Amino acid sequence: MHTAETTPLLLAVRDLNVAYQSKVVVWDADFDAPFGQLVAIVGPNGAGKSTLIKAALGLVPIASGSVRFFGLPYAEVRHRVAYVPQRESVDWDFPVSAVDVVAMGLYRRLGWCLPVRRRELDLARAALVKVGLADYASRQISQLSGGQQQRVFLARALAQDADLYLMDEPFASVDAATERAIVEVLRELRASGRTVVCVHHDLPTVPEYFDHVALLNMRVVAQGPVSSTFTAENLRKTYGARLTLLEEAAQAVERARVSLQHREER
Amino acid sequence: MNWTGLDTWIVITGVLICMACALPGTFLMLNRQSMLGDGISHAVLPGLAVAFLLTNSRDIFPMAAGAVAAGVLTAVLTQMVQRFGQVESGAALGVVFCGLFAVGLILIRVASDKVDLDADCVLYGSIETAVVDVNLVPRVAWISGGLLIFNALLIAFFYKELRLAAFDPALATTLGFNANAIRLGLTVVASVTTVLAFESVGSILVIAMLVVPAAAASLLTHKLHWLLALALVLAAASAVLGHIGAITLRRFVGGLFGQSDLGATSSAAMMAVTAGVLFLICWLVTAVRQFANRRRVARDSHRS
Ligand SMILES: Nc1ncnc2c1ncn2[C@@H]1O[C@H](COP(=O)(O)OP(=O)(O)OP(=O)(O)O)[C@@H](O)[C@H]1O
Ligand SMILES: [Mg+2]
Repeated sequence: MHTAETTPLLLAVRDLNVAYQSKVVVWDADFDAPFGQLVAIVGPNGAGKSTLIKAALGLVPIASGSVRFFGLPYAEVRHRVAYVPQRESVDWDFPVSAVDVVAMGLYRRLGWCLPVRRRELDLARAALVKVGLADYASRQISQLSGGQQQRVFLARALAQDADLYLMDEPFASVDAATERAIVEVLRELRASGRTVVCVHHDLPTVPEYFDHVALLNMRVVAQGPVSSTFTAENLRKTYGARLTLLEEAAQAVERARVSLQHREER
Repeated sequence: MNWTGLDTWIVITGVLICMACALPGTFLMLNRQSMLGDGISHAVLPGLAVAFLLTNSRDIFPMAAGAVAAGVLTAVLTQMVQRFGQVESGAALGVVFCGLFAVGLILIRVASDKVDLDADCVLYGSIETAVVDVNLVPRVAWISGGLLIFNALLIAFFYKELRLAAFDPALATTLGFNANAIRLGLTVVASVTTVLAFESVGSILVIAMLVVPAAAASLLTHKLHWLLALALVLAAASAVLGHIGAITLRRFVGGLFGQSDLGATSSAAMMAVTAGVLFLICWLVTAVRQFANRRRVARDSHRS
């Protein structure tokens, strides 16, 4: 186990404020991504989860606060960070093939003006194999299902070969088999010393998939190891007192307890 | 048909200009900014007027500089209105170019007290008069040829970046390819193209060529390199068929009314119309193909 001193914070967000026009969306947020863990960011719709990630990457302007990746400003470590946007953020009718999209992850290494070559395409195909889309490489993206599109995005991030992955809802609208495939990929990343931060919506699976969790609703309500942080009390603070959600949260916490017990028994 | 050297130059110039417009037009479409050409062609009016008021001359260089500046201003203002006014891009563009056009009209009024600067001649160039030239190769042919080569080279160099910024601007930016800068660069190219092209062929043809070949090609293919190639072919075909159409129509109308020649049927306008007709044909082809596919699927499922 790392001690506090030796654990480098791959991503450290301090006192972050983000506002669209005059509307504050993220308020005084502190967020850490510890090394080598799968980290979930959970919170209700409109809580500012996507905004937190985009602000950290400089995609939306920050009102105040600081963001450090590996202790450095983002501009200096771009190549070590891969971003997987929410699937709806792009037009899937765009005329490109799956392998073209994955190869985009390698453009930085290529540099300006140089064309995509055989080598990049081979690397992109290898990434598609990892997510189980070997047969779909030359398919146009408009002819892929939602789950396949999501995996193309994942493959693109893999091709970037980063140390820190920021993924916005990688499990959105995928079926159970695809979800398992994605979780498998995330675990392999963790096993090879990478850190993955996911915006995640499905509360019941949080304890099963993730090690660390941040609960966000404009402010960071709580963050820390799943075992101590993912509690009914914190979920209530995050999601408010809406009945259905509380039930869901209660179930999730119950499952968390059970699955943690399982883990400990093993 | 009475084909003269003039007709040849009209067709050559038309083909070059149409192809030069179709290239940035394809990427504008992919950026969902197709109407930008329309906006720019209106917004250049104040640019021309200001350039004239500042330099007091109608030289091509200050005029072109003013027009390009106005074109870029349109694009930047549109982005700002969209971001800060929280309206969708079409509405933002509408606000900006109508505003600039109005300012332009007022300025032209002011300027025209001093000298004859006519709004019509700014908006409707004429390819027929433009190719009448004392030189062996008319100036507009040089300009349009140069423009085509320039645009083709730019797109060849920045193909990968343009595609990335159009498909996923957020990824582009995180990879260090500033998507806003790339899109703005495309806008500048489109402005320069629009301004240089419509001086000779008029704004209607330029607007049509920025939008229609790309839209028609996108019905036929899902691959970007084919999209560009087909857009170029359709643009060239519009120019050739458009001019032939203009000649034929002139004769036909002339015969009908007993006049020998009605010069008013502008070739540039016919080229734009032809592009529209080609779009319609592409659309029909796609519709028929889809219908046939559906029929076949229905029949196969019936059999099994
Ligand atoms: N570009 C924008 N302009 C103005 N307001 C925005 C913009 N993007 C998001 N917002 C607002 O900011 C708030 C947070 O949005 P954000 O997308 O970060 O939420 P989220 O937690 O990712 O939600 P979801 O679970 O639905 O993805 C929302 O209230 C949203 O309406
Ligand atoms: Mg979101």
